[in-house]
Amino acid sequence: MLDIIGKRKWYFLLSALIIIPGLVAIGVSFARYGAPVRLGIDFTSGSLLEVEFEQAVLPGDVRAVVESEGIADPRVQTVGDGRTVVIRTKTIEAETKLAIEAALERRFGSLTELRFETVGPSVGREVTRAAVAAVVVAALGILAYIVMAFRKVPNAFRYGVCALAAMLHDILVAVGLFSLMGLLAGWEADALFLTALLTVIGFSVQDTIVVFDRIRENVPKRRGEPYELIVNRSLLETLHRSLATQLNAMFVLIAILFFGGATIKQFVAVMLIGMLSGSYSSIFNAVPLLVVWEKGEIRSFFRQLRRQPAVQ
Amino acid sequence: MRARDKRLLAAIVAVAVFVAWVVWPANPGIHFHALGLGIDRDIKVRQGLDLSGGVQVLLEADVPASEAVTREQMDAARAIAENRVNALGVVEPNVQLVGNRRILVELPGVADPDEAVQALRGTGLLEFIVWVSIDLEPGTAVNTTGRSAVGGAETASPTPEVTPTTGATPLATPDSTPSAPAADVTPTAAAGDATATPSAPAQEATPGPTPEEPVYRTVLTGKDLKSVSLGTDEYGKPEIDFVLNPEGAKVFAEHTRANVGKFLAITMDGVVISCPQIQTGITEGQGRITGKFTLAEARALVVQLKYGALPVPLKVVERRTVGPTLGQDSVARTTRAGVIGLVVVLLFMLVYYRLPGALADLALIMYAMVTFALFKLIPVTLTLPGLTGFLLSVGMAVDANILIFERMKEELRHGRSLGSAIEAGFSRAWTSIRDSNLSTLITCCILFWFGSTYGASAVKGFAVTLFLGVVVSMFTAVTVTRTFIRAAFALMGEPLREKPWLLGV
Repeated sequence: MLDIIGKRKWYFLLSALIIIPGLVAIGVSFARYGAPVRLGIDFTSGSLLEVEFEQAVLPGDVRAVVESEGIADPRVQTVGDGRTVVIRTKTIEAETKLAIEAALERRFGSLTELRFETVGPSVGREVTRAAVAAVVVAALGILAYIVMAFRKVPNAFRYGVCALAAMLHDILVAVGLFSLMGLLAGWEADALFLTALLTVIGFSVQDTIVVFDRIRENVPKRRGEPYELIVNRSLLETLHRSLATQLNAMFVLIAILFFGGATIKQFVAVMLIGMLSGSYSSIFNAVPLLVVWEKGEIRSFFRQLRRQPAVQ
Repeated sequence: MRARDKRLLAAIVAVAVFVAWVVWPANPGIHFHALGLGIDRDIKVRQGLDLSGGVQVLLEADVPASEAVTREQMDAARAIAENRVNALGVVEPNVQLVGNRRILVELPGVADPDEAVQALRGTGLLEFIVWVSIDLEPGTAVNTTGRSAVGGAETASPTPEVTPTTGATPLATPDSTPSAPAADVTPTAAAGDATATPSAPAQEATPGPTPEEPVYRTVLTGKDLKSVSLGTDEYGKPEIDFVLNPEGAKVFAEHTRANVGKFLAITMDGVVISCPQIQTGITEGQGRITGKFTLAEARALVVQLKYGALPVPLKVVERRTVGPTLGQDSVARTTRAGVIGLVVVLLFMLVYYRLPGALADLALIMYAMVTFALFKLIPVTLTLPGLTGFLLSVGMAVDANILIFERMKEELRHGRSLGSAIEAGFSRAWTSIRDSNLSTLITCCILFWFGSTYGASAVKGFAVTLFLGVVVSMFTAVTVTRTFIRAAFALMGEPLREKPWLLGV
């Protein structure tokens, strides 16, 4: 029988190797932008203007024109073939936008406005607060739900906490990736990022529950067996399902990522990574954690840590 | 095959036929007129702003945060905003309250978003105007002296004025400062208003708009109303009772006495909402408006009369515009991508699970159709994230089938008979299907709350489509697949056990 539980330390290590770069990126983001990821105007407030010109333009030139209209510190990005330009500024009025467009037309010829979004400061602050609340409420709701669903199993609370730990793992992977892409490619979190994150949370727990459900079923059936063995057996029994389900979700997401609309690429990318992480974490983190807890390894791990400096 | 399964199979086929009809792109909708009943309902996909292109504006009560805004005030402000949007001629606008002090306005397919936003920020002016000849249809846009005089720069917003006589011409804003009370508004040299009542004092000539457009004289504005209430006339039909303030009463008395039998149009921001006939001179400053309106319409009118002008000032706190090309391009690409992904899912199920997989594929196609039919029937506004949520839910809908089939294979390997393996697969997998899907439903509810509190329709759309998808999938993946498999088993029987390749074991 394939022994997943026995090699748990290696799987924890792999998770750590993936999460640590993300954590570094999150730290750098905090230093640079004051948030774990680079935030878009949904959270920070401000305006975003996307226009398309007849020919390719240079971001620096566009920036100069926007600044000449009295806009301090605009950020200009070209997209695709260089004809489409995204301009981000502090919150501006429609009149200012018209002035900017007129100035741009004088300089570069006619343009088409593709998108104009403005979020006022009060909304930005509230959305941020609500976003944090949404994540916290989702986590607590799911914890409560698992504790309830597993109430007949000994130590129901442990199942909930282990599912939450796996969920936290997935959040860190998804946020870490986004943070990294924010630093490298200028990805900005919008309301959809939050949506993707909450979806990841939902699916992460879904995966975990399927394995937990099998453990719940096997524990009374195999009273004589050691817990570790029961858990490992349950994992293997559900492995096919986990892989098959994961593959199907990925078929859809990868297709949308590569062939779908440009505006939802980041949204889909976050979900894809989050779901991959979700499948991994439920098999290789959440379930082994149950065993670690059962065997009291957490305490002995800390004891070891304390002992080590004494030895040196 | 038991009788119950036969009935289920028949029901499933019936549902499939019905949803196929609903999903059919050229669905004519339900138009039924008989037995005094009239049902007109189009069945089509309602596209969100990001798909159709258009503008979305979030308005907020512009008062200090410490100051309370009542629900009633916000309702009235919403009604006014809706009137304005309708006046713009937008197809399928959406105006709704979000949170306690915000109004979300969505205008799909608006060509000039700047103009639409401008119109929304107008103040909202109620006027009684003189009209002599015929009954003005509600919804007619008219020019009034009150609007040019009182409104100033704000009401002279470029709301498209669709007058019955000429094309749209922007209102001329007076350069002078005629901040005179509405009652003192002067008759202008407007064509079509030949019978200006002599009672109204002529003080100051307002520079009127272009002569070919009739400009009606404003008698009273919303400022002159003291109270408005909903009542019923002697025949039990709804009517609107109003009381004027003393100055208003005086002007109104003079005007009505001189114009018995003529019409008095009541307009909101230059659009007629009612055009009652003056039946007697109203001297006590009290009056009633009767008309061909239903109770609901009368109530709406009372709200509008009570709060002619916006009860609270509104400011634009958020605004999003999407060009139509960007949306159309995204829909086409995402739909194509989704179809590619789903075909791969169908093939995977077929290759990996063989016969049960083929049946699950049938159930999956049915799932997609049922869900999409629900989107059209409810109707759910489809946004790009919503479309993604739908596609993702199709990919996830097979999860339940996978759980069941894996379980079935396991039971078969343990040497069970095919019949009992099938039943065990379904009954044992159910708890994990239920428990795992509930966690997704919980997150959907939280997303929905978040989306509707902040007018983030993209988030809301995703939550709704994913929620519906999960609920429907629990039905199709379990009930529909089970019925199909039982039917197949009844047709082929236990010998299937001898053909393991068909079962993918």
